[in-house]
Amino acid sequence: MTAPATLASPAPDLRAARRRLLLDTLGIAVSVGAFGLVFGLAARNAGFSPIEAVASSVLVFAGASQFAAAGYIAAGLPWAPIVVLTFFLNARHMLYSASLAPRFREIPLPKRVVMSHVLTDEAFALSAAHFHRIGRLDIPGYWIAAVLGVFVPWNLATIAGVLLGGSLPDPSRLGLDIVFPAAMGGLAVGLATGRRELVAAGAGAIIGTGMSLVIGPALGIIVGGLLGPLLGIAVPAPPEPPASPDSDLAGTPVAIDAAIAEVDALAAEPAP
Amino acid sequence: MSTQLVLLAVLMFAATYPSRALPILAPGIERLPPRALLYLRLVGPAVLASLAAASTLVAKAPHGGPAFHLGVEAAGVLACLVVVAWRRNLLLGLVVGLALVAAARLAGLA
Repeated sequence: MTAPATLASPAPDLRAARRRLLLDTLGIAVSVGAFGLVFGLAARNAGFSPIEAVASSVLVFAGASQFAAAGYIAAGLPWAPIVVLTFFLNARHMLYSASLAPRFREIPLPKRVVMSHVLTDEAFALSAAHFHRIGRLDIPGYWIAAVLGVFVPWNLATIAGVLLGGSLPDPSRLGLDIVFPAAMGGLAVGLATGRRELVAAGAGAIIGTGMSLVIGPALGIIVGGLLGPLLGIAVPAPPEPPASPDSDLAGTPVAIDAAIAEVDALAAEPAP
Repeated sequence: MSTQLVLLAVLMFAATYPSRALPILAPGIERLPPRALLYLRLVGPAVLASLAAASTLVAKAPHGGPAFHLGVEAAGVLACLVVVAWRRNLLLGLVVGLALVAAARLAGLA
């Protein structure tokens, strides 16, 4: 006997998409863990106590600005420029937030308040790719990406780094420092599913790198992220596909929209 | 144990949270025109590619400013991208990229 489908038991395609998401999340969690470990070490070296390092990772929860803050605290910089720098370093999150907002509009406000706090580069990349694959919002998928993939490993690794200190080997010797850019690039490849996305990604990479050399990475990355999509939009829209490629169990493409319209029209006809 | 920097963390949170939350919490975002929604859809690949490229190719120069840097890190990231595009498997791509960089560094090539 087949159990009826319920909200608790997602459809097979959603289950497959979540399995894929979990696999991708595992790769990101390794990257985040390595990065968090290095942050814990940096915070310890900058004079942060374990409580201060953990507060930073829980409340700020944005690696680049946390690293910068640890460096500036170690250099004796006052707090005001650190806070201003934090704003600029993390302004790119607005792009992610704006990108996800149309999908999040049906979610109750209190939940959105919490979901916003755990929105990071990695959480956005994982969840956007997941939503793109399934063609809709999946709230558990977002929690998997943001909390399981990023928040938990980041904070556990911070604690490990700040407590274990100098007894850990240098992560850069193992190549772990490239995991973050490699993961971001890999996720961009996953999102570049059409000509427009490909052009936006390529332009973002070139502009982001060029502007980073001129005005520094914090703003250069944002400029790349803002201007890349404009070039993507300039690419002519792809022609409408003649049929839905994944709509027939036999593997033959079927014009599913036309088929539905045909059935609706038949159903609307008066009975003889 | 010192807790003074907890206040700094709170201030940094206050500087970060609005960027993350305002578009998600602001009403009316769904009434954006289709062109704006298309733009937002393209922001993801663009900003992630920008982040990946700048993190790999821009390093701190001895004088403190940004400088172009083409090293084994770029080869590792490129290897990862090729594997992800070919096999559609991020974890495998990361393992390949990381192994390449670790091997080069252990061999003294970088």
